[in-house]
Amino acid sequence: MPHISITDVTKSYPPRRRGGATVVAVDGVSLDVERGDVFGVIGYSGAGKSTLVRLINGLEPVTQGSIQVDGVDVTSLSGARLREVRQGIGMIFQRFNLLRSRTIRANVAYPLEVVGMPRDQRRARVDELLRFVGLEDKADAYPEQLSGGQQQRVGIARALAAEPAILLADEATSALDPETTDEVLDLLARVNRELGVTIVVITHEMDVIARIATKVAVMEQGRVVESGATYDVFTRPQTDTARRFVRTVVRALPDGDALVALRQQHDGRLFTISFTDEGASEARVFGALARAGVDFHLVHGGVDDIQGRVYGLLTIAVRGDDAAIRDAVASIGSGVTITEVTA
Amino acid sequence: MNDLVERLQELLPTLFEQTGITLWLVAVSLLFGGIGGLLVGTALYVTRRGGVLAQPVAFWVLNALVNTIRPIPFIIFIVALQPVARAVLGTGLGTNVIIFSISIAATFGIARIVEQNLISVDPGVVEAARAMGASPWRIIRTVILPEAFGPLILGYTFATVALIDMSSVASIIGGEGLGAYALDYGYRRFDPVVTWSALAIIIVVTQLVQGLGNWLARRILRH
Repeated sequence: MPHISITDVTKSYPPRRRGGATVVAVDGVSLDVERGDVFGVIGYSGAGKSTLVRLINGLEPVTQGSIQVDGVDVTSLSGARLREVRQGIGMIFQRFNLLRSRTIRANVAYPLEVVGMPRDQRRARVDELLRFVGLEDKADAYPEQLSGGQQQRVGIARALAAEPAILLADEATSALDPETTDEVLDLLARVNRELGVTIVVITHEMDVIARIATKVAVMEQGRVVESGATYDVFTRPQTDTARRFVRTVVRALPDGDALVALRQQHDGRLFTISFTDEGASEARVFGALARAGVDFHLVHGGVDDIQGRVYGLLTIAVRGDDAAIRDAVASIGSGVTITEVTA
Repeated sequence: MNDLVERLQELLPTLFEQTGITLWLVAVSLLFGGIGGLLVGTALYVTRRGGVLAQPVAFWVLNALVNTIRPIPFIIFIVALQPVARAVLGTGLGTNVIIFSISIAATFGIARIVEQNLISVDPGVVEAARAMGASPWRIIRTVILPEAFGPLILGYTFATVALIDMSSVASIIGGEGLGAYALDYGYRRFDPVVTWSALAIIIVVTQLVQGLGNWLARRILRH
């Protein structure tokens, strides 16, 4: 049984003004999140991803469809029953949303007060959580005395306080600089690995997906247009939206002005080689070309690390006789896609 | 000059007594009106659209009530409320009637101040508390009011100064206090020394109230 099962879910908002159009934020989405997944949902702003994540813990009611969390249909719950489900789902936010009126310690203790843990046990649990996120020395500080990255780590400690099996991260790194983003992503990966928490990550940054998500769903205009294992979506994106996101991380095929410039700088034919860790390495590709007596050089591209796996996309300029080039390409073998840039 | 000093010495016990009455009037009205305003203002905030206890009908009724009562000039409000005061307190005259009237008027005035301060609370922290499974009552008690505490102190300081102002018309229904003293003994008897000394005390009291409010708010907001 999936940990979170979203079936045909639609969320629409009534028109703001009389006669206005109904806004459909989430449009017939179905997704399964397995226990232990770090499930990424990526999309541009307005794609409906933040709304989708708020349907999972019932912060907003669905218009249609059902969402099962641990086999319980959250869309049918309200009041105390719904609040009980929420206590088992942690959530972190783009703007951290810490209580300014409380110290760090009291912020982390908040969900423990909600679940009714006695005061003496609360203190020990808060200390343990602050140690886990590496902020035990900040227990008595107030939120504004901490950096953004530290505040988000407090947010994570708070979200984990009541030992939830699921953590929802809504643009959790979008307000952070690249260095602190890494720090927070590392912590989230640890939460998943060491505590076995299922994580749903909402983001517009493909980099975040590449770093921690095991699976990804690409959203556009309220729909999931593509989903699958992160590595597969990166290496074989099916939709334009997914390709655009992939391009933000992987140095992609040259096109437009970049291609014109490459043609001017290099004579010979241009080929792109894409290889995954299932097939040949770049050394084998270059070796095969050299053995065939083909003169080539690398003009564009790079090799990336997606979920700890290698993915390369290289463009080379090749000079030599057509038959030799064809033989060289044929000898490289599986796991590599080599195509001529004809545009 | 010696005459003035002598005159002030003569007035001093009365001024002292009237200051005490004013402080008593304001303090008791602030207690009742403050609690009333907190309740009505919080109710306005939580019942509004998107609030933690959204109740459009309740909001509409409260909102209309506040809008109706708040703009009534206080001097007319006291007179209009006299029959109610008579029914509740058994009299339409005196200091208690002034306390009664200020408390009611202040409830609606303070309600708006409270509502406005609560609106300034970051909706994100309310959402975070909801996501943690907190109930609406718990959120009001442990998130919304504590988060708005600093601005609320400033709002109540503002309201206290307004209450000192309101208390000064006590004389029209036979109430006492610095305002009544200035009007009855200063203005009507052409005694500017009384008027000006009452005024001076009112200014000092106002400064002290505002200073205390600012100091408290600064401590709470950790500025």
